[in-house]
Amino acid sequence: MKNFGNKIISWIDERYDLSPVRNLLEHKKVPAHRHSVWYYMGGVTLFLFLVQLLTGILLLLYYRPGEDSAYESVRFIVTEVKFGWLIRNVHNWSANLLVFFAFVHMFSVFFSKAYKKPRELTWVTGFIILVFSLAFGFSGYLLPWNELAFFATKVGTDIVGVVPIIGEPLKILLRGGEDVTGATLSRFFGIHVAILPAIFTVFLVLHLLFIQQQGMHEPEHFKNLPEEKKKYIPFFPDFALKDLLLWVVVFNILIFLALYFPWELGNKAEAFASAPEGIRPEWYFMFMFQSLKLLPAHILFIEGELLGVLFFGVAGFVWMLVPYIKIKHRPNWKIQPLTLVGILIVLFIVIMTIVGYLL
Amino acid sequence: MGKRIYYLLLFTLSASFLFGFILSEKEDKKTDQTQKVDQCYVCHKEIENLPKDFSEIDVHKHANLSCASCHGGDPNSDDQEIAMSPSKGFIGIPKRKDIPKFCGKCHSNIDFMRVYQPRIVTDQVAQYYTSVHGKKLLTGDENVAECSSCHTAHSILPAKDPRSSVYALNVPNTCNKCHGNSTLMEKYSLPVNQSEEYSKSVHGIALLKNKDLGAPACNDCHGNHGATPPGLVSVSHVCGTCHLSNMEYFNSTKMSKAFEEQDFHGCEQCHGNHGVQKPNDEMVGVGKESKCIDCHTEGDEGYAVSKKLYSSLTSLKNKFDAANQKYLEVKQKGMNDVEIGFQLQDAKQALIQSRTLIHTFDTTKVGLKAKEGVDIANKASLLAQEEIDEYYTRRNGFAIATLAFLVFIIALYFKIKDKEKKAS
Repeated sequence: MKNFGNKIISWIDERYDLSPVRNLLEHKKVPAHRHSVWYYMGGVTLFLFLVQLLTGILLLLYYRPGEDSAYESVRFIVTEVKFGWLIRNVHNWSANLLVFFAFVHMFSVFFSKAYKKPRELTWVTGFIILVFSLAFGFSGYLLPWNELAFFATKVGTDIVGVVPIIGEPLKILLRGGEDVTGATLSRFFGIHVAILPAIFTVFLVLHLLFIQQQGMHEPEHFKNLPEEKKKYIPFFPDFALKDLLLWVVVFNILIFLALYFPWELGNKAEAFASAPEGIRPEWYFMFMFQSLKLLPAHILFIEGELLGVLFFGVAGFVWMLVPYIKIKHRPNWKIQPLTLVGILIVLFIVIMTIVGYLL
Repeated sequence: MGKRIYYLLLFTLSASFLFGFILSEKEDKKTDQTQKVDQCYVCHKEIENLPKDFSEIDVHKHANLSCASCHGGDPNSDDQEIAMSPSKGFIGIPKRKDIPKFCGKCHSNIDFMRVYQPRIVTDQVAQYYTSVHGKKLLTGDENVAECSSCHTAHSILPAKDPRSSVYALNVPNTCNKCHGNSTLMEKYSLPVNQSEEYSKSVHGIALLKNKDLGAPACNDCHGNHGATPPGLVSVSHVCGTCHLSNMEYFNSTKMSKAFEEQDFHGCEQCHGNHGVQKPNDEMVGVGKESKCIDCHTEGDEGYAVSKKLYSSLTSLKNKFDAANQKYLEVKQKGMNDVEIGFQLQDAKQALIQSRTLIHTFDTTKVGLKAKEGVDIANKASLLAQEEIDEYYTRRNGFAIATLAFLVFIIALYFKIKDKEKKAS
């Protein structure tokens, strides 16, 4: 078996020269230190994306977009299709965990300052991937065409409409008309299964290429160690095996969640029905949603909601450009200014999310 | 100058004429309005001598009818002598025996009544004289109910108004005012426990406790204006007004003729009257609660039929209960219960139809319908069992998968440790 494998590899090698890959596998090293655990977060996110890809393709086999068929087909998937319940619930849970781990990965990179030169573009592509993950979540939420998703999409697209000049046309473009209708569902389906995956894959490949090209980031405390004290483990197979171990654990947790905490399908969306209680966006939009809710109707002469939307837009953009922001190092400060901003952002997100669920 | 004074005088004169004309118009209008005021009401209110049961919400008052519309007299005069003069048609308080005709003056006159309500019926008085109350009143019995006994005299409201004494929910109480009075009922040798029995019956609970206005009150079986106890022949028709299939089935059997011959009271014979309870399967068969064995004894045909009917019903009931139990388990386990729910609805329908078919006393018909229900219940049971099995299969599958993962994780862990050892 091993010989057969080697034969295939040498067959390919002869024709396509696999030495760069071999070099990478043989020479890539991962620093081993007390914060090494954060290196795995990106890997877990990647694994969850692969799960999404696979379960998404399987769901596509039975899902039928359309006002009269979307809800029915999802119900069919979870009730009649063999293992359909498992695939749909794994897809839902994996989507949520993906966003969670993407956030964890992003903040771990931020606090360990791994975005600094020469990894600026890795950060930028990573941030774009996160934004697209959120767009995946938002578009996928509507696809089962149930009450809660219908009204949450209504509220969500309404927020887009607040943006000056481009807001209203963008809202109509997203909705495929004035209101959330079957046309919106078709659009969201197209965005979710074709447009987003295509763009997402490009940025993901770039992101991964950058990482392979530049290797793993070494934090300051590690860099300052004398050479003999720096410990590395080979990426292949040592680090890869550990990655695999974590992926298996996460996969097992995914199945556990899918089995014991299945996602409700709820009632079919009804445009003329009154909005059900407890319409709320997915948890990862909650901090923004709650902030917009808490803002007063008017701040000076500007609408509160508009100001909030603009603020989040600008803040997101600035956050993407973090590697290019130069702030003077202050040796007397225990916590550096940028780190402090990061801590405040994490606190803001966590507190607003909790408040959103409690209020 | 002289001309100017002349013009001024002319203007002043025309102005005062115009002003005087406007004033006099206003005064005329005032007199018109005073004429519309019901002086009976004004004076009686002033001297606090309005009828005891007088209410501002009375339907007649709302229709702008004056006291004089019923009692006669001149409502425009504030002079008592003139207003309440017999020459002005004043009747005063009518005698009890005259009340039906008193109300009938208007209520039996369709030309008058249609002004207020185009679809109103005007045969209440005619119906009343066919009732026991009406007949007795004609013989001079003044203890019986007339219009005001049920509708009140001066707080009359339409029957659809929840505040009305004849609103469906209030009817049992209204009737019971007299029919619950033992001193009064003793004269007629009538029992006084109807209201109590009714309130515990399936109809009474539905109406009084569950506020189901579709449930019958006293008047739905006895009639209202023509109130009379249903005769032997009419009992099944009275019940059949709502329980149509039961009546049709029963009337087409030879049992109905046997009932007539025996002077049995149709439905009431088995189900009772005021205290009618929700029927149960024990009413047939040969057990202690069976109604059939009141007449039939072991060895006769009816006895055997009753036994068979009971067996058909209980077999379906047991199957339905077993399937329903499983259905609840499926629901509780969060599995797919939609199809099972539909099946059970059909099984329940078959059970209801089998119970209705009991009134045919036909064992074949009941047996076939019950069999249909049993088959559906069995299907539902099977489906439910599949879902329950699936529930455990999933959990077992998860346990096996976790075990496999665990083995793999442990193997990986040792492999990593081994590598680390070799490296160091």
